Amino acid sequence: MNFPSELKYTKDHEWIKVEGNQATIGITEFAQSELGDIVYVDVDSVGKEVSEHSVFGTIEAVKTVSDLFMPVTGTVLELNPKLNSEPELVNKDPYGDGWIIKISFNGSADSLLSSEDYAAVVGH
Amino acid sequence: MKTTALTDKHIALGAKMVPFAGYNMPVQYVGINAEHDTVRKGVGVFDVSHMGEFILKGENALALIQQVTSNDAAKLHDGKVQYSCLPNETGGIVDDLLVYRIDEKTYMLVVNASNIEKDWNWISKFNTHGVEMKDISDRTTLLAIQGPKAAEALQSLTDVDLGSMEYYTFKKGKFAGVDNVVISATGYTGAGGFEIYFDNEHANEIWDKVFAAGEKFGIKPIGLGARDTLRLEMGFCLYGNDINDTTSPLEAGLGWITKFTKDFTNSTALKQQKADGVAKKLVGLEMIDRGIPRHDYEITDADGNNIGKVTSGTQSPSLQKAIGMGYVKKEFSEEGTEVFVKIRESLIKAKVVKPPFTA
Repeated sequence: MNFPSELKYTKDHEWIKVEGNQATIGITEFAQSELGDIVYVDVDSVGKEVSEHSVFGTIEAVKTVSDLFMPVTGTVLELNPKLNSEPELVNKDPYGDGWIIKISFNGSADSLLSSEDYAAVVGH
Repeated sequence: MKTTALTDKHIALGAKMVPFAGYNMPVQYVGINAEHDTVRKGVGVFDVSHMGEFILKGENALALIQQVTSNDAAKLHDGKVQYSCLPNETGGIVDDLLVYRIDEKTYMLVVNASNIEKDWNWISKFNTHGVEMKDISDRTTLLAIQGPKAAEALQSLTDVDLGSMEYYTFKKGKFAGVDNVVISATGYTGAGGFEIYFDNEHANEIWDKVFAAGEKFGIKPIGLGARDTLRLEMGFCLYGNDINDTTSPLEAGLGWITKFTKDFTNSTALKQQKADGVAKKLVGLEMIDRGIPRHDYEITDADGNNIGKVTSGTQSPSLQKAIGMGYVKKEFSEEGTEVFVKIRESLIKAKVVKPPFTA
């Protein structure tokens, strides 16, 4: 499985890509594979500040519903508009077109898991 | 955890395995949507050997079946199958099942995996007239080969004319070189096809022959995930979700298999319930606004007052919309009624529809 080294990861299977004081967040290839076909991404926190480890939305596969957790404290700027009509992008391209939210934040993501650490967590 | 005779095959095929009713079962091979589509448009094979099979034999077999089941088994003839349920004595359902009449004195009951022991004990309790009961669940493999291309895909394996078999009939015959295979024109998908029962010792051989024969028809293995989405699109009840020990067959829309032409367990009370009318009804739900109904979500009116509960729900792979089933108070059960499903604290608009769900 692919866990790009330029990203940081959480044990909850989110990835975060930091660019200045903004960041993009999605779920890992492992997470999408465990969930199966994604059919709905529900994010009702746009415009709100959500703290680290808190739920910023929900992702639904055919059979299951899972919460999405913030890797860092930040303000949710937008939900990936493509996911409304093509939630399957999370399966097809979890680190690219299947990103979930963009946030603004002032902290650092350095303390999160590296790709090697995350790979060890999921046993790959 | 229990395994079926085909567990190693599923693992070798890369299936995602999950515990289900005490068995290690394949939930999906490549993805629920793709597998669902294979069954709707082509042909797919489910290993559902976790299901239970009982043989009831003897002079009084029919009388016992008439006592414990709600449908009228006297209507069966040799080679005919009937959908039925086992009512309990308190208004609910012990299980739903299929009743096969093999001959006048021999029947096969097919029950849900999670209820094998419960059903066995329940039926045994009423067996006061010496019906010989045999639980053949552990030695029986059951393949559900479902989809519009099922008859074509399997025809080379048997002399039984599959295309001419009527829905809910079965034949015993030679299949894939094995004698005494039960070939049943039944299923839980609404896609057409067959359920094939045989002894475990032939499982790998028959599985391989089915896939070889079906290859040019695009036959694929299908997991329990797609089994659930397929049955839900048809509005078929799933025991444990939509029906259980507390739901009455009349509330569940199973009046058509509750026949008061005979007496059976709790029939007096059910007859009274039919006369009085039920207080709640199992209905189909189609979401109007965005959201997916799920088991146990609350159903409300426009003001947020509780009127019922979702029992099953999913994003329908065929219809590309969110559907579900649930119990609502009778006054909200009319087709077209606007109701709301409480999804993560929001009330999401839905309407009552009559399954099967269609585009």
